[in-house]
Amino acid sequence: MTRKTRAIVITGNGTNCETEAAHACRLGGFDETVIAHISDLLAGDVRLDDFHFLNLTGGFLDGDDLGSAKAQANRFQYAKVDELSEHLLDQLLRFINVGKLILGVCNGFQLMVKMGLLPGFDGNYLRQEATLTFNDCGRFQDRWVYLKVDPASPAVFTKGIKRGIYLPIRHGEGKFVTMTEATLARIEQGNLAVFKYSTPGYAAPTMEFPLNPNGSVNAIAGICNESGRLMGLMPHPEAFTHYTNHPRWTRESLPEEGDGLVLFRNAAMYARNNLL
Amino acid sequence: MAYRIEIALRAGIRDARGERVKREIEHFLHLSVEDVRSIDVYTVDAELAPDELEKAAAGPFCDPVIQTYAIDRPSAREFDFLVEVGFRPGVTDNVGRTAREAVEYITGRPFQPGEGVYTSVQYLFTGRLARPDVERIATELLCNTLIQRFQVFDHAAFSGVPAYVPKVTGETRAQVREIDLDCSDEELVQISRDGVLALTLAEMKIIQAHFRDPKVIAGRKQLGLEDRPTDVELEALAQTWSEHCKHKIFAGTVHYEDEHGDEDEHGNRQEIHSLFKSFIQRTTKEVRQKLGKNDFCLSVFKDNAGVIRFNDDWSLVFKVETHNSPSALDPYGGALTGIVGVNRDPFGTGKGARLVFNTDVFCFASPFYAKPLPKRLLHPRRIYEGVVEGVEHGGNKSGIPTVNGSLVFDERFAGKPLVFCGTAGIMPAEINGEPSYVKYINPGDLIVMTGGRIGKDGIHGATFSSEELSESSPVSAVQIGDPITQRRMTDFLLRARDRGLYNFITDNGAGGLSSSIGEMSQECGGCRLDLSRAPLKYPGLDPWEILISEAQERMSLAVPPAKIDEFMALAKRMGVEATVLGEFTDTGYFHILYGERSVAYLPVEFMHEGLPPMELPAKWIPPRHPEPVVGAKQDYTADLLALLSSLNICSKESVVRRYDHEVQGGSVVKPFTGVANDGPSDAAVVRPILDSFEGVVVAHGICPRYSDIDTYHMTANAIDEALRNYVAVGGSLGLVAGLDNFCWCDPVLSEKTPDGPYKMAQLVRSNQALYDVCLAYSIPLISGKDSMKNDFYDGTTKISIPPTLLFSVIGKIEDLRKAVTMDVKRSGDIVYLLGDTGNELGGSEYFALKGAVGNRVPVVDPATAYNRYQAYHCAVMSGLVASCHDLSDGGLAVAAAESAFAGGFGIRLDLALLSWKGDMADKNDVALLFSESASRLLVTVHIDKQKEFEEAMGSTSFAAIGVVTEEPLVTITGLDGSMVIKAGVAELKDAWQETLREL
Repeated sequence: MTRKTRAIVITGNGTNCETEAAHACRLGGFDETVIAHISDLLAGDVRLDDFHFLNLTGGFLDGDDLGSAKAQANRFQYAKVDELSEHLLDQLLRFINVGKLILGVCNGFQLMVKMGLLPGFDGNYLRQEATLTFNDCGRFQDRWVYLKVDPASPAVFTKGIKRGIYLPIRHGEGKFVTMTEATLARIEQGNLAVFKYSTPGYAAPTMEFPLNPNGSVNAIAGICNESGRLMGLMPHPEAFTHYTNHPRWTRESLPEEGDGLVLFRNAAMYARNNLL
Repeated sequence: MAYRIEIALRAGIRDARGERVKREIEHFLHLSVEDVRSIDVYTVDAELAPDELEKAAAGPFCDPVIQTYAIDRPSAREFDFLVEVGFRPGVTDNVGRTAREAVEYITGRPFQPGEGVYTSVQYLFTGRLARPDVERIATELLCNTLIQRFQVFDHAAFSGVPAYVPKVTGETRAQVREIDLDCSDEELVQISRDGVLALTLAEMKIIQAHFRDPKVIAGRKQLGLEDRPTDVELEALAQTWSEHCKHKIFAGTVHYEDEHGDEDEHGNRQEIHSLFKSFIQRTTKEVRQKLGKNDFCLSVFKDNAGVIRFNDDWSLVFKVETHNSPSALDPYGGALTGIVGVNRDPFGTGKGARLVFNTDVFCFASPFYAKPLPKRLLHPRRIYEGVVEGVEHGGNKSGIPTVNGSLVFDERFAGKPLVFCGTAGIMPAEINGEPSYVKYINPGDLIVMTGGRIGKDGIHGATFSSEELSESSPVSAVQIGDPITQRRMTDFLLRARDRGLYNFITDNGAGGLSSSIGEMSQECGGCRLDLSRAPLKYPGLDPWEILISEAQERMSLAVPPAKIDEFMALAKRMGVEATVLGEFTDTGYFHILYGERSVAYLPVEFMHEGLPPMELPAKWIPPRHPEPVVGAKQDYTADLLALLSSLNICSKESVVRRYDHEVQGGSVVKPFTGVANDGPSDAAVVRPILDSFEGVVVAHGICPRYSDIDTYHMTANAIDEALRNYVAVGGSLGLVAGLDNFCWCDPVLSEKTPDGPYKMAQLVRSNQALYDVCLAYSIPLISGKDSMKNDFYDGTTKISIPPTLLFSVIGKIEDLRKAVTMDVKRSGDIVYLLGDTGNELGGSEYFALKGAVGNRVPVVDPATAYNRYQAYHCAVMSGLVASCHDLSDGGLAVAAAESAFAGGFGIRLDLALLSWKGDMADKNDVALLFSESASRLLVTVHIDKQKEFEEAMGSTSFAAIGVVTEEPLVTITGLDGSMVIKAGVAELKDAWQETLREL
C-alpha cells in the first residue's frame, strides 16, 4: 500500500451520519476517506484491510427494529464475503488485532457494545458485557451535553483534551448499563469510561436530566478498550466540526474548529505515526 | 410450523414501555393499576432446526444484559390479566421483516414463500381490574383495532398464548370483473359509492359515453375486451380523476361574486377558469418575468417537487405534502407514511435528489380536549401522540434532519388533524452532462418498479381522501411506512442515477402504479404493463388491487434496455428488489395485461384530458363578528403570562427535541437558540454542502384563525409570516421561492355542504391574495398541494376545519456565518421595532384568550414591507444586527418576552415610542402590546452600530423603542407613562414552557 492514512465509513441499512463522519475524517487529516456501502464489503470490492481507521457511525441500522444495532451485530457475525472464504467478522478481527483504530458513534457505539468489541476485556471481542438501552426519560432526545473527559484514559482519540468537550446527543437508546457490577468496576478502574455526562464547565459527572440525558450508570457516555484504540460514545463528534454547528455560535466567541474534530485529528495522527 | 419466542426483561430492569402504558391508563381511562410490564413476542413461522431457533432467540432477538428469552413456553408470571397485541394479517410489520432477515443470516438460506416472522407485544397487568376494564385498556389504548388484534387472558385460565400466524391466506384467482354501465343514473351513482370510487354522476356518465363509442368498442374487440369496462379500468379512471390526484376544484370553473356582486354592473362578478392557472401558475410566470435574468426557477409544477437553482453546481428541490385522512384513522401509521411518502417526492424529482431536511407542521385540537367526541374520532391527544411519534420515527430513521415546523391548535381540527410534511433535496446541477431536473422516456424503455412489494395496504387511499371522513372509512386505506426499506432503495437509486442507469424516475404515492405509470405514459404516449409480474407481499390480490395499491416504499423508473442488466445487478447486490413490469410505448394507450390477457385498454388522452372542468359557484359574504369591548387595564402582566402559556404560543420543545435536527452535520440555525438553548428560532439555516458557507434558509407561515374573518388576509399574513421569518435569520430576497399547501373544508355545493359557495369564495379570495402578495414579494410558487375534503360528517355532526394555507419558503443565505438568531445578546443593546403597529386585533391570540374573534384582521402592505425587508437584509449582511425576532401570535409583548428570556437578559420598552398606523383614536396599550399587525420585526443592535443600522434602514418605518437590560425583567411602559407589564424573565419563560412540558 501507499503511505497514505486511510479512513473508511461504513454505510447502508440505515446508517445516516456517513457524510459528516467522512467530512470529519478529511478535516481531521486523513489522506483518503472512503464511504463504503456494506454491500461493497460483502461483495469483496472493499476490504477493511486497506484502511487504518474504521468509522461505525450514527444512524438507525435496520430501524433499530430488534433493539438498536442488534440486526447489524448479527449481520457482522454471520454474513459471508462473496468470493472470499471468510466472514466479514474475520476481516474485522484482523483489523483490530493488527492494532488499527475503530470509533463507534451513537448507533456505531451500540453496535460495538452489543457485538462485544467494547469493553472487549482481555481481547475477547465477541462477548457482550454491557448494553445501551432506552433512555430513562422514555423518549428520543436531541440536545447538547457537556462531556467530561478522563485524562488518564488510554484512549488515543482524546489526547490533549484538558477538561471536556461539548457535543450533541441524538438517541432514544443511550442508557449505558453493564452486565455486572464487576464489569462496571473494571471499566472505572481501567479508566475506560472516557466520557461522562457532566455539569457545564466539566466540573463533575452528573445523573441529573437533561445534563445526563439518558440515566447512564456512572454518567457514562463513552468507553474505550484497554488498548485505547477502540472507542465508542453516544454523542456525535462529527456533528461539531465547525463553530456554526454550536447551538450558541451567534452569541459566544468560539474557535473556528468544533470540539468534535480533535477525535479525528488524534486518529489521523495516530495512524500516521503508528500504522503506515 | 410456528414457534413463539418470548423476550422478557430481566428482574430489576426498568420497563419504560410498561411505565408509559401505566401512566396513560391512569391519565386517559382513569383506572388505577399497580403495575404494567411488557414482553416482546416473535412468532417464527418457518422450518428451522432447534439450534437455529436457539441462535436466533439468544442472538439478534435478545439482549443478554437486560433480557431473557423463552422458546415455546410462556415467560409471563405474576399478573392478573395479560393482553397480547399483534398486527392483523397483511399489515406492515417492520420488526418482523428485520427479524426474518436476521434469521436468514443465521441459517444462510432464504425463507420459503409463505414463511415469515410476526411480532406482537404482551402486556401484563397487576391490580384490581375487571375483565371489561382490561378490554377497554386494550381497545382504547393499546390497540388500534383497524390494524391490530388482541387477546385477553386472566391469570387463572392462563397456560400460555397459542402461536397465531397473521398470514394473509388467499389464492390468486386473478379475477377481473366487468361492470355494466348500461344503467340508470341512480345505479351509476350506486356503482361509484359501493366501489369507493368517489366519482360523481357527471363523471360516471362520461365513462359510460366512452364505452358506448363504436370506435372504442371496435378497438377493444381486437384485444378480446368487451364493451363493458373492467374493474381495472374503472379503478384506474377513479384514481386518475380523484380530487386527490386531479385537483378538480383547482382546475374547475368558478363563478365568483363578492359582497357587491348583485348590485349593478360595478359589482364584482368573475368567471375564473381554473384557480390553479389563473392565480398560482400566473404568479410564477409573472414573477419569473419580473426576475428576468435573475430567474432561479428550473422546474415548476410539472414534476413531483419544484426545483430551483442553489448555485452553479447544485439545485434545490422542495415539496410539502399533507397526510390528513390516514393520520385521523391511524395517527402513527398515517403520519409515518406521510413523512416517508413526501421524502419520495424530491427523491423522484428530476433524475433524483439527495434529501437534506424535513419540515413538519401539525394542526390539532387541544390535547386537553374534554368534551364528548363523535364516534370514530380519536381523542386529540391520541392523535397528537401518534402523529408526533410517527413523524419522529419516519424522519429520524431516514437520517433526514427535521429543521423547522409548528404546532397549531384549534378545536375544529378534532374533525380532521392536518399533518403537513415537507422535504427538501439537493442534486448536482448536471448529472452525466445533462441538467439534473430534466428527464424523459423513450418508447421501448422498460417499466421497472423498485423497493417494497405490493399488498392490499393503501387501496383506495386516493379516492378515500377525496371524501369526508366518516364512520365507514375503509380500513385498507391505512398503511404503515417502512423507513429502512426506503433508505436501502434510495441508497441504491442514487448510485444508479450517478451511473446513468435510468432515464426517468417518479414515486409511487397515491394511486400506486396506476398513477405513476399513468403519468409516465403521458411522457412518451403509452405503456404496456403486465400486472402478473408485480412482486406481491402475499397471494390473493386481483389485478385492479395490484394496479392501485398504495403499498409504500416504491419508485417507478424507465430504464433503457441497454442498461437493464447493470441496473438489476446493482439492485441485487444492494439488497433491493427491482422488477421489470413491461415497457413504455407510443401507441397512445394505457394498456394493462395480466399475463397474456388484456385487462385495461384506455386512451392516455381520455385518462388525462377526458374530464370537463367542474362548475363551482362561489359567493363571498363577509362575516361580521361582535366587536369585543376591550377595557383599558392598569396591568397586562397576567394577560402576557396567559398568552405565553396558550397552546399556539407556548414552547413545543418536548416535541421538537424528539426530532433529530442535526443529522448530516449542517445545522446552523437550530429550532432552539439562546443562552440555555431553548429560545424559539424563527427559521432554519442549513448547510447542505459541508465545505461551502452558502446556506439554505427555510421558514413557513400559517394562521388559520384569520380565516374566520377573511381568507384573503389569512393568506396574505401566512405569506408575510413565512417571508419575515425567513428574512429575520438572514435569508436573501434575491433567491426565495414559495410552496402553497391548501387544506380546505369541502367547498363544493351539495346536500351535505349547503355553505359550499361561501367556502369556495374563501378559496378564491385566498388565491387572490396568493397572487397579489407573492408578486409584490417576487416569490415564485414552485410547488404545492391541495387537500380539499377536511371535514368530518357522520350524518348528524359535521366538523369542518378552518380553511388553512401553509406557506413555506425556501431560499438562500450567501454566507451562513452572518445568520442572526432571535435571542438578545447583551445588555445595553438598543431595541428597535421595524414596521408600524395598528389596531388589528381581529383573529388575534389576545382576542382568542378573551373568547372573541373581532373583525379588524391584520392587513399586509407588501410594497412597504418589501422595502423594509430589503433594508434589514443589508443591515444583516453588514453585520449590524445582534438579534431579530418576528412578531406574530401575541404581538410585541410576546416577541419581546421570548427574545428576553432566550437571551437571559431583561428588556425595557416604552409603548409611546412605537410607530402607529391608522386612526390615532384607536391607539391604546392593548393594541400596541398584542396586535398582530403584519411585517414587523423586533431587532436589537449594539450601541456602536446604532448609527450605521439606522442609516441602513433609511426611510423605512422603524423606531427605537427600548433597551436590553442586565436586570432580568421585562418592563413595558404604557401610553400614560405608567408601567403596564413587569415580570421576571424566569417567570415568563416558565409560563411559556409549562403547558406542553410533560407531553
